Amino acid sequence: MEKTNPKNKIQVTTGERIFNVFNILFMLFIAFIMFYPIWHVLMASVSESNLLMTHRGLLFWPEGFSWAAYRYVARNPAIPQGYMVTLFVVIVGTTVNIIMTSLAAFFVTRKNQFLAKYVMMMIMFTMFFGGGMIPEYLNVRDLGLYNSLWALIIPASINTFNCIILRTSFLGLPESLEESARLDGASEFTILFRIYIPLSKAVLAVLVLYYGVAHWNSWFSAMLYIQDRSKFPLQLLLREILISNDTSSMANTSADFTLIAETIKYALIVVVSFPILCLYPFLQKYFTKGVLVGAVKG
Amino acid sequence: MVTKAVSTAQKPRVPYEQLPFYKKIARDIKGSPILYLMVLPVIAFYILFRYKPMYGLFISFTDYYPGAPILDFDSWVGFRNFTDFFTSKDFGRVLKNTLTISLSTIIFGFPMPIIFALLLNELKNARFSKVMQTISYLPHFISLVVICGLIRTFVGADGFIAQIISSLGFAEEKASLLNYASMFVPIYVVSDIWQTVGYSSIVYLAALTGVNQELYEAATVDGAGRWKQVWHVTLPGILPTIITMLLLRMGNAMTVGYEKIILLYSPQVYETADVISSYVYRSGLQQARFSYSAAVGLFNSVINVIILLISNKISSKLTDTALW
Repeated sequence: MEKTNPKNKIQVTTGERIFNVFNILFMLFIAFIMFYPIWHVLMASVSESNLLMTHRGLLFWPEGFSWAAYRYVARNPAIPQGYMVTLFVVIVGTTVNIIMTSLAAFFVTRKNQFLAKYVMMMIMFTMFFGGGMIPEYLNVRDLGLYNSLWALIIPASINTFNCIILRTSFLGLPESLEESARLDGASEFTILFRIYIPLSKAVLAVLVLYYGVAHWNSWFSAMLYIQDRSKFPLQLLLREILISNDTSSMANTSADFTLIAETIKYALIVVVSFPILCLYPFLQKYFTKGVLVGAVKG
Repeated sequence: MVTKAVSTAQKPRVPYEQLPFYKKIARDIKGSPILYLMVLPVIAFYILFRYKPMYGLFISFTDYYPGAPILDFDSWVGFRNFTDFFTSKDFGRVLKNTLTISLSTIIFGFPMPIIFALLLNELKNARFSKVMQTISYLPHFISLVVICGLIRTFVGADGFIAQIISSLGFAEEKASLLNYASMFVPIYVVSDIWQTVGYSSIVYLAALTGVNQELYEAATVDGAGRWKQVWHVTLPGILPTIITMLLLRMGNAMTVGYEKIILLYSPQVYETADVISSYVYRSGLQQARFSYSAAVGLFNSVINVIILLISNKISSKLTDTALW
């Protein structure tokens, strides 16, 4: 990323120096804009509710200090239950995603199979055209998945874009490995799970990240397909509270709710977003890689 | 053993290439049945969850009610659902809003990651640049529900953005900016830039590392300063990437995702906020007008395919980069 230009370092003109200073200042400003909303949420979540209500303008430090909102969230049964639902969908869903995507990518890279090319076309076509929201909704309902958590998992089994990323990675593996395994009598199943998948670990890590984050953050299909409140994932509970201002799921446990309602919102955001925000900086190199593999023409 | 060998020897095997397609498939399956067992769930998934809904689009030509068959010639109405949409008072509004929001996002949002990547590239300190990247990817990992909840809070009556805007005299105090029809598109576009600028810059940063370093040395020898180097070396170097990304983006010119719209709008601002996809959601799933909304959705998909085909054509002519 850095320019290795020795001359630049010697002959720095005044204009360039001014530019450098302004560039750094501008970048700090951008960093502030990017980070401030998260900071605001963190600070507000540990503030005292009555002080927060009267606060004006930006919030750099908590207004007073109180863990009351977090205590309330931890005591409330709806949130741990939502957490369990979300964890179930993320873990089972991502597992299904990875297995199904691997199977699809493996088949379409079989050069000696007549159908491989046509299955690839069948998969690609869905990137450009689909039934759309209404027929898909009716389809899921007709298949008897309504109000089942599988409605959040099975219809999202394969993301075609991710499948193409994995296919690109599979195509880059040397054919000789597969041939020698075949000579040793390995079946296709063994070749996929013992050779292809272990050799594509880095790309599969990217896909786990993409699928996992997508499941964690998804709310719309749950809104369409899930009716029982006990099966609501976190994001759907959060939508009720943040967007619809419907706090019935939170308010039933104690009377002091209204006193700290404002800070509870912020504490909920922290509780729901925290796992991913802690994880992503460490996975950065993987998803950068994924974007680049995906950018290569499939 | 012996007889089997003789019988296959007597019937000469037809070369694979000369077989009709169904015999090729049969021979492939016989050759590696496990492979076909493995691909079976994949094909079942695509048929059940991607192609069956396409068949479901036939309800746009009928008068569907839940429980009725999809292809029901008794309730066939031809293009009536489409003409109903074209003549409804909502048609002009959702079409205009879709184009306004989408084109504003392109005009204001598309250059941002490029500028951001160029400025990052000019930073001399590698660690600072790395930290900036990490911070800028942050919004990409926050759920849309949280982002829209934050937008609602910040531009709400007591939110700090609303306070800033009203102190500049643009809006009356004590009302959420999301209640003003004229504010919806700016809020949507600005928050969209905040969400996407960091993550979209990845592809340009990668392109920047591919620019030939010798060109910079040559430019310096010729006396070009930093600005001229950016203009004459860096920008031409990443221009193919920029054009490809722009054409890909233009292919989605008639698509505005419904999720963010649904989370942000309210009946007061339908006038500027209601787009085709949110209209499909509302008329289909909230008012249960399945056939009508399926027709609206189909209209949108067909337009999208046409735009995609055109931009792909332009792309392959201009840049040798095409989707297929």
